[in-house]
Amino acid sequence: MLQDKDRIFTNIYGRFDRSLRGAMMRGHWDGTKAILEKGRDWIIEEMKASGLRGRGGAGFPTGLKWSFMPKQSDGRPHYLVVNADESEPGTCKDRDILRHDPHTLIEGCLIAGFAMGAHHAFIYVRGEFIREREALQAAIDECYDAGLLGKNNKHGYDFDIVVHHGAGAYICGEETALIESLEGKKGQPRLKPPFPANMGLYGCPTTVNNVESIAVAPTILRRGASWFSSFGRDNNKGTKLFMVSGHVNTPCTVEETMGITFRELIETHAGGIRGGWDNLLAVIPGGASCPVVPAADIIDCPMDFDGLRGVKSSFGTAAVIVMDKSTDIIKAIARLSQFFKHESCGQCTPCREGTGWMWRVMERLVRGEAQKHEIDMLLDVTKQIEGHTICALGDAAAWPIQGLIRNFRPEIERRIDEFSRNAHRVEPVMVAAE
Amino acid sequence: MSVRRLADEAVQPAAFAFNQENLEWAQRTIAKYPEGREQSAVIPLLMRAQEQEGWVTRAAIEHIAQMLGMPLIRVLEVATFYTQFQLAPVGTRAHVQVCGTTPCMLRGARDLMEVCQHKIHPEPFHLNEEGTLSWEEVECLGACVNAPMIMIFKDTYEDLTPERLEEIIDAFEAGKGDTITPGPQIDRFTSAPAGKVTALANEADVIKVQNVSLGASRSSARAAAPISASEAGRPRTDAIETNPAIKSPSPVKVNGATEAAASVDAPAENPVQADRVSEEVEGSVRTRAHSEAPVTEQPELRAAELSKDEVAEIAARNDDDRPVAIARPAQPDNLQLISGIGPKSEAILNELGIYTYMQIAAWGPKERAWVDHHLRFSGRIEREDWVKQAEALARGGEAEYERVFGKKPR
Repeated sequence: MLQDKDRIFTNIYGRFDRSLRGAMMRGHWDGTKAILEKGRDWIIEEMKASGLRGRGGAGFPTGLKWSFMPKQSDGRPHYLVVNADESEPGTCKDRDILRHDPHTLIEGCLIAGFAMGAHHAFIYVRGEFIREREALQAAIDECYDAGLLGKNNKHGYDFDIVVHHGAGAYICGEETALIESLEGKKGQPRLKPPFPANMGLYGCPTTVNNVESIAVAPTILRRGASWFSSFGRDNNKGTKLFMVSGHVNTPCTVEETMGITFRELIETHAGGIRGGWDNLLAVIPGGASCPVVPAADIIDCPMDFDGLRGVKSSFGTAAVIVMDKSTDIIKAIARLSQFFKHESCGQCTPCREGTGWMWRVMERLVRGEAQKHEIDMLLDVTKQIEGHTICALGDAAAWPIQGLIRNFRPEIERRIDEFSRNAHRVEPVMVAAE
Repeated sequence: MSVRRLADEAVQPAAFAFNQENLEWAQRTIAKYPEGREQSAVIPLLMRAQEQEGWVTRAAIEHIAQMLGMPLIRVLEVATFYTQFQLAPVGTRAHVQVCGTTPCMLRGARDLMEVCQHKIHPEPFHLNEEGTLSWEEVECLGACVNAPMIMIFKDTYEDLTPERLEEIIDAFEAGKGDTITPGPQIDRFTSAPAGKVTALANEADVIKVQNVSLGASRSSARAAAPISASEAGRPRTDAIETNPAIKSPSPVKVNGATEAAASVDAPAENPVQADRVSEEVEGSVRTRAHSEAPVTEQPELRAAELSKDEVAEIAARNDDDRPVAIARPAQPDNLQLISGIGPKSEAILNELGIYTYMQIAAWGPKERAWVDHHLRFSGRIEREDWVKQAEALARGGEAEYERVFGKKPR
């Protein structure tokens, strides 16, 4: 179990002093100027050496991402955009960072901005996080007041942070959609290339990072890349905020080492599975878009990128949704299909039409009002949506259904059998999946 | 994707303008973005308009398009794309947003929605009978470890049971939303596990620097004023210029300086409006088109006899306008039958020597302004038209009230 002295987020529950003074007593904003004085290249190399992988779900190495920004400005300003549009079902870590430990993020913005030559940062907070936005803005005001940010600040690097917000669109968590939204348009993702590092916000070089990726950076640089990389396994270094929701006795958010086994995570922090381990049915290990993993596979699985890829799922944002045997697993996944249908931006046809189509079929599968060949047809459609859209929302909508069919096909078939046994008609199902 | 359209023309107010405080806020917000990129402020501005009016009106969309120099269609796109914008009126006291996505569903969001159906309306987005409450199912609100949860205006209420939700809805219906503490509704601290904490038990364990000096402050203290839950999401809407009930300019002239101080700049000529007839002409047409709407009396116009500033000034200046007090009669009227008066306001009114409907019915604009100022009601007396309510109650009790307003009092 991770010790308190090794935690990066030392006030994640907000039980301690949330002010700038409190944050400084816990070691934030300590020697920030000295870190900046070591130079851009040192910061980026140290971030690469730490093995930090982006915490927003895709796991792209953060140091590498920062290094994509042009070394010399061609006259256009550089921008850092922090993605706090946290909307993936199951995920609620950024919320706690924003409202309880905002100084980790603000300090991270300054350092990351310096490393990529940006003098402006935009923090895009999801629209529903109103109190969180107020807490963040209050913390930023404190920093301006104390001369840590703004023009001619104590660090000798002019830096401004603007808090922006969305208005309830999941798709704006995709980086180019977020940029579109920040420019005051509807959040429809852009085609890549050009990548944001060349043409991002307002046509200027931009890097979009998750809140947690930015917020851990100052502590990594202060304590050294080797400290951070001493946690976890190769390729999966460091500590991570885990969010355990669903059928556990005490759901919670907690920082733990990468690669902690599912069993240890649940036993230590979440008070065990409701009704005991024998009652565990399945787990969605990384937020709504990750395929569901059946109980037998997950119990002793290490919770990190490679560990979960080994059970044909993914680590995502470490949002662990636990389902016990009382769960209607098909309904649970159908609800996710409804979510993706609701959140599709409507730009590409496979996703706009496909998410609705899949949801309607899923709703019939919940009742068993289908034919067995439709299971294969559904699987085939998910494959046709996956990878054929501009952004990853099409993939994200397809994966939970693929995971369901892979692991719970007998349950779907049983339900179809049950329905047809009780059916009064013998005609084929006429509900169109238009 | 969800198909969203603007509300029916019948409920759309004729005009929109930010009140003074919001206008200043909007100008500061626009200034945050680089020059020529004012369009970036469209979402914050629409959100502020929603906070001011309760929902996003067509007039607000047009107004913001002008403010930002954007084509109207771009603002319409934004308003219809983002689902947090309410395109039709929602409950005035509470709009309950129940998170229904899988993590909340697993922990009983369905039961919460049944409570809403039973207590508010069987269908989402419909107002209850009094028009005070409405509800909807929303997608993940990002508090999954505190499931199931709801959001009312700016605050979340987490770790709910159906029984607790009933209590919360009751409190908001009675206008006492601020008595409910937001956050987890069980014995639990934010997102920490319930019961024994498993991490970060003592602050001493994570303190690394003992003596912290913040240095000199760059500006005077900027303490953010806390906003109570009942005020959340609804800044003042009492400004005469934003009152949707007023569809034409006030017939009363005020002096030029006062008017200039209280009003915003006239909008630039707008191609979007080019195909519309002028307000005077359209006003008469509208009266015929929506003849079901009561047009005989416009109580707000009485308030317009005095400008807002003048009213406030008079109220602050003297006690001459204080309504005449009487001794407590043997049978005081039940003032709580007047919509807008709760037990607390009734007690204050009684202290002022006001016990009967007749007294309230006799209030003139000055008395109303004085009481409004005294109760710090910021215009509720006008908005809810206590005088008309009191007249009806004085004339024929509850039966007369029902005849006039088409509903039972309270």
